[in-house]
Amino acid sequence: MKYLLLIYDTEKRWENGYEKMELAEYGAFAKEFSAQILGGHALKPTATATTVRVRDGKRLTTDGPFAETKEQLGGYYLVEAADLDEALGIAAKIPGARYGSIEVRPLLIFA
Amino acid sequence: MIDLDRLCRAEWGHLLSSLIRAFGDFDVAEEALQEAFSAAVVEWAEAAPNNPVAWLYGTARHRAIDRIRHRKRSQALLAELAPFDERHLQSMIHDDAVPDERLRLIFTCCHPALAEEARVALTLRTLGGLTTEEIAHAFLVPTSTMAQRLVRAKSKIREAAIPYSIPEATDLPERLSAVMAVLYLIFNEGYAAAQGSELQRRALCREAIELTRLLRTLLQVRLGHAPAEVDSLLALMLLHDARRETRVAADGELVLLEEQDRSRWDRAELEEGCALVYAALERSRPGTYALEAAIAAVHAESASAEATDWAQIAGLYARLLELYPSPVVALNRAVAVAMADGCDAGLALVDALEQALDGYHLWHAARADLLRRLGRRDQAIASYQRARALAHNASELRFLARRLAELGAEASVS
Repeated sequence: MKYLLLIYDTEKRWENGYEKMELAEYGAFAKEFSAQILGGHALKPTATATTVRVRDGKRLTTDGPFAETKEQLGGYYLVEAADLDEALGIAAKIPGARYGSIEVRPLLIFA
Repeated sequence: MIDLDRLCRAEWGHLLSSLIRAFGDFDVAEEALQEAFSAAVVEWAEAAPNNPVAWLYGTARHRAIDRIRHRKRSQALLAELAPFDERHLQSMIHDDAVPDERLRLIFTCCHPALAEEARVALTLRTLGGLTTEEIAHAFLVPTSTMAQRLVRAKSKIREAAIPYSIPEATDLPERLSAVMAVLYLIFNEGYAAAQGSELQRRALCREAIELTRLLRTLLQVRLGHAPAEVDSLLALMLLHDARRETRVAADGELVLLEEQDRSRWDRAELEEGCALVYAALERSRPGTYALEAAIAAVHAESASAEATDWAQIAGLYARLLELYPSPVVALNRAVAVAMADGCDAGLALVDALEQALDGYHLWHAARADLLRRLGRRDQAIASYQRARALAHNASELRFLARRLAELGAEASVS
């Protein structure tokens, strides 16, 4: 099973960059789960986000994220795990889980 | 003649857990097992099998394989299933026993990734063997709503791959407490529900007790012992259930603990509950269930309300409050303090909770009771009236009306 681990957090905490300590923790996390992590990235703050919609064939471009929320999507990992318990175990080890929350979503695979 | 209804109730969870383990799919397992019971109605009328459980298991397995064959991806699935299935078949041939996988099933049904109401429903359906209609009745929702709730839960188990396994040792305490919370919720729904028929609520209490016994036995088999908190939870349920008959009078009126006929408390349940909680208290630091059970045990062993060791109960509530800081626990402690040290001391503690509990009818009822005992009639009446305005349970409402009548308050005032 593949799961996307979405890292939500108050972006105020990292909009001017991550602390060295925390970056080192992410490094250690990536190393510990290197066998399961298929991909992942940190994202720039929502101030850099742009949303695009197409309605009646017309493109609508607006500033900002899709929805204003208390916590913002700050990054993600794509992992391979045997089941939800393993995925939750990995998610709980993401350093950001201590500040914000991690949404764990199974990937829909089209056969 | 075999009583199929009883057999179904007794063996449903055992058979279902084994089938889910073998086929990895709740729906296939459940439908196959239902078909096996239907087939038994017809076929056992002529000749009952020597081993009914093995017969049901074998029949359900064949039905399940048929179902999977009819599915689109049958080839791939069957190949995956083959090793599991053969192992189960072998074990059946050798010892004629159906493997018991209920402990795994309990952890799946009570997985924290499922909504709480879904955990409760799924546990009652798959382990308790209650029908969807029965669960819907007990929780006062339409059958279609309950059916949908179960479908959604099973779908999440499948789609998010919630495992069918006993948690790792590091996760076990957290997961076990999630299981216990579900069982206690089922019990409380039956014991303290604001609405619903007495018969259905009683069935929920019995089911919760049976499931807790089952959890305890399964953990004993698996770990060599059941954690003390599981024993305490069972004790807590038994000690409350023992008083069930005396909580409500023949005319439906609520009877307070101090006015209950203690000779009618269920002795066997009380003794078992007390023995369990005392053993648990000796084994480890008490958790919340142990402290609550210990409080119930003190009541159980008191000859009357007056003879109760209220100081000890107040002390136990104080410890419970440390583990579980809740205004409702604080209210219970205040009432115990009132019994131990006098109504004035209790009232001061009750009044300190006003901000947290002003919308809670039992806070007003407890306050009213203390004011009544202190002879502050007008204030007592005002508090009883406030309690009555906030209460929903019919027998609680009648109880409050009775108290108001005793104080000579106008019945029409509310």
